Amino acid sequence: MTEKMGLKTENLSVGYGKKILLSGVELEVKAGKILTLIGPNGSGKSTILKTITRQLRTLGGKILLMDRNMEELPGEEIAKTLSMVMTERPTPELMTCREVVGTGRYPYVGLMGILGKEDWKKVEKALETVLAKEVADKSFYEISDGQRQRVMLARALCQEPQVLVLDEPTSYLDMRFKLDILESIRRLAKERKIAIMMSLHELDLAMKVSDEIACVDGKGISRLGTPEEVFRGTYVQELYGVSKESYEPLTGELFLSSKGIQPKAFVIGGGGEGIPTYYRLQREEIPFAAGILFENDLEMAAARACASKVISVAAFSEMGEEALKRAKECMDECETVFCPLTTFGPLNEANKALLEYAQNCGKLKNVLE
Amino acid sequence: MEQEKSKKNMEDGGTEKLMRREPVMMRRILFFSGMLLLLFGLVAWNVGSGSQSMSFREILDILTGKVQEGAAFQILWNIRFPRICAAFFLGGALAVSGFLLQTFFGNPIAGPYVLGISSGAKLVVAIVMIMLLSKGVRISSFGMMAAAFVGAMIAMGFVLLVSLRVQKMSLLIVCGIMIGYICSAVTELLVTFADDSNIVNLHNWSMGSFSGMAWGNVKTMAWIVLLTCVITFLLSKPIGAYQMGEAYARNMGVNIRGLRILLILLSSILSACVTAFAGPISFVGIAVPHLVKLMTKTAKPYLMIPGCFLCGAVVTLFCDGIARTIFAPTEVSISSVTAVLLAPVVILMMIRKGEKRR
Repeated sequence: MTEKMGLKTENLSVGYGKKILLSGVELEVKAGKILTLIGPNGSGKSTILKTITRQLRTLGGKILLMDRNMEELPGEEIAKTLSMVMTERPTPELMTCREVVGTGRYPYVGLMGILGKEDWKKVEKALETVLAKEVADKSFYEISDGQRQRVMLARALCQEPQVLVLDEPTSYLDMRFKLDILESIRRLAKERKIAIMMSLHELDLAMKVSDEIACVDGKGISRLGTPEEVFRGTYVQELYGVSKESYEPLTGELFLSSKGIQPKAFVIGGGGEGIPTYYRLQREEIPFAAGILFENDLEMAAARACASKVISVAAFSEMGEEALKRAKECMDECETVFCPLTTFGPLNEANKALLEYAQNCGKLKNVLE
Repeated sequence: MEQEKSKKNMEDGGTEKLMRREPVMMRRILFFSGMLLLLFGLVAWNVGSGSQSMSFREILDILTGKVQEGAAFQILWNIRFPRICAAFFLGGALAVSGFLLQTFFGNPIAGPYVLGISSGAKLVVAIVMIMLLSKGVRISSFGMMAAAFVGAMIAMGFVLLVSLRVQKMSLLIVCGIMIGYICSAVTELLVTFADDSNIVNLHNWSMGSFSGMAWGNVKTMAWIVLLTCVITFLLSKPIGAYQMGEAYARNMGVNIRGLRILLILLSSILSACVTAFAGPISFVGIAVPHLVKLMTKTAKPYLMIPGCFLCGAVVTLFCDGIARTIFAPTEVSISSVTAVLLAPVVILMMIRKGEKRR
């Protein structure tokens, strides 16, 4: 059997009113897969998702839901196939979370919208799936944003969708909720074979959870592929219009960049131990130099972004006299030296020498004052 | 309709028990039975009280058909009963209309009076009334109804036109109030240039009153109100979905445009009907849905619609009874009673809600 279709757009144009914002949108997500849209604020991620969920009119092209043109499908049938969690939170009056989840059963229940036994069982199951059982009897207003997001996800699950559309499911959530939600999403895709299309702001998480990533740049889909393909090179930095140093695609870390020219302090770092000092100096707006680091050091990305000068040597090679000389020259021009580095070994002997040199000059300081 | 409802509740009971929610059920049963009791009590009070005092015996005789003539019979059968029926149907209609508008606008102070619907109806009724009277023709109840309906729809149409441009619902309410002022101003203007006799007529009508109801009128309004309310009740499910917001309702398979048109049409018919027969009546439409929500602790349409109807009827009967008796034999306008009694309720409700949300 061929792979089961989920959701597909063909040459889709989206926008508000009659104004086309993005055109030629070609996206496809199959059953059991996760497609994530990334892109800067206002680039059109939500516009695409809102068009797919029929909140905005399609301005051109087609949306195929389970291989059928969505415009020709009756609303109820779409409701049984596609469900969503959007960024706007509903404000249902006097409803418990269980009842909010229950509204997901609407496409399946009778004329009065009263849920039967089976429906309530499904509600309980959905609440369990998203780990929200403990809030089931609370009012939807009483619970936290994170809980509300879970409840909305449970509601979407109750609709028994084959396609799930999520607009920024992790916004406003703390890291525990972010992880929980994404784990649930991942599980849903894999276990229930739901096709999931979502937008995310956290690139590091997008990289970890998505099968495919689509970059939205305000005109259309500028890049589409596996996370490895999309995050290769400096494309993501270009997409968001940030400098090369301020983002580290391997770890997804973000850095504030410093533009101080002449370093006033020198930090002897390595192995990640220097990072807190870098951030501290950056916050206090003291331009600094960092060294000596291996090119593949854990703190290399942070040093590149924060320091005005980095003295580095090739990975796993000896630091050598030449690097030490450069470091000493640099240190001579600085007023103070900090040494957060505590582990020394055969490969970074030069840093030990550097520390002794700083002590002799009387520039070494322990704590920032 | 009530029986059907309670039967549904019973069926629901099994699953709800499963989830230890009997208190909720009890509350609903208590609410509906309490409302029915109150309704009977108020009907009895309204039947018995008035400028012409009657003994229980007399009333019973008339009710059982033993007495079919005489002053008492006339008063009871041709004055008090139609009036009670009118208060029942129109009060229910007002409350259901208020519930629909509050759902549609997602705003707790939306109601037929606030949104300028009543004022629009009043303006058109005034125009038609003055025009016809100047030709010596008395306006028929059907004509009044039609004029009030047209006026209500025009006012509502304006509000809807603005709603297409404005996203914020609170602005829409403000707009409705402004339209109401404009309509009132134009009505005043017309009154300035109208004959004295016309003014008296219009003034009487615009004070809002259930007096002088004929059985024919009651029949017409009963048909319109019941039919509209049954249709509304049948829309419980999409209305419930709409309470989750438009986007989610659409995702649940609701035809939003169709539902919006229906909601507006139904609420306009209901409030137009009230305005046509009894004149503008304030605050019942706003306050009753809040009262029902407070008492039933739910906003589910399939409970709210019958609940609002019952509670609206009860409140209106009570207010009409007071309007008739408080300064008897002089009658007070119904709106002055509803405003004094219900405006504080609305204010209290808003304060409570504000505290809860924070």
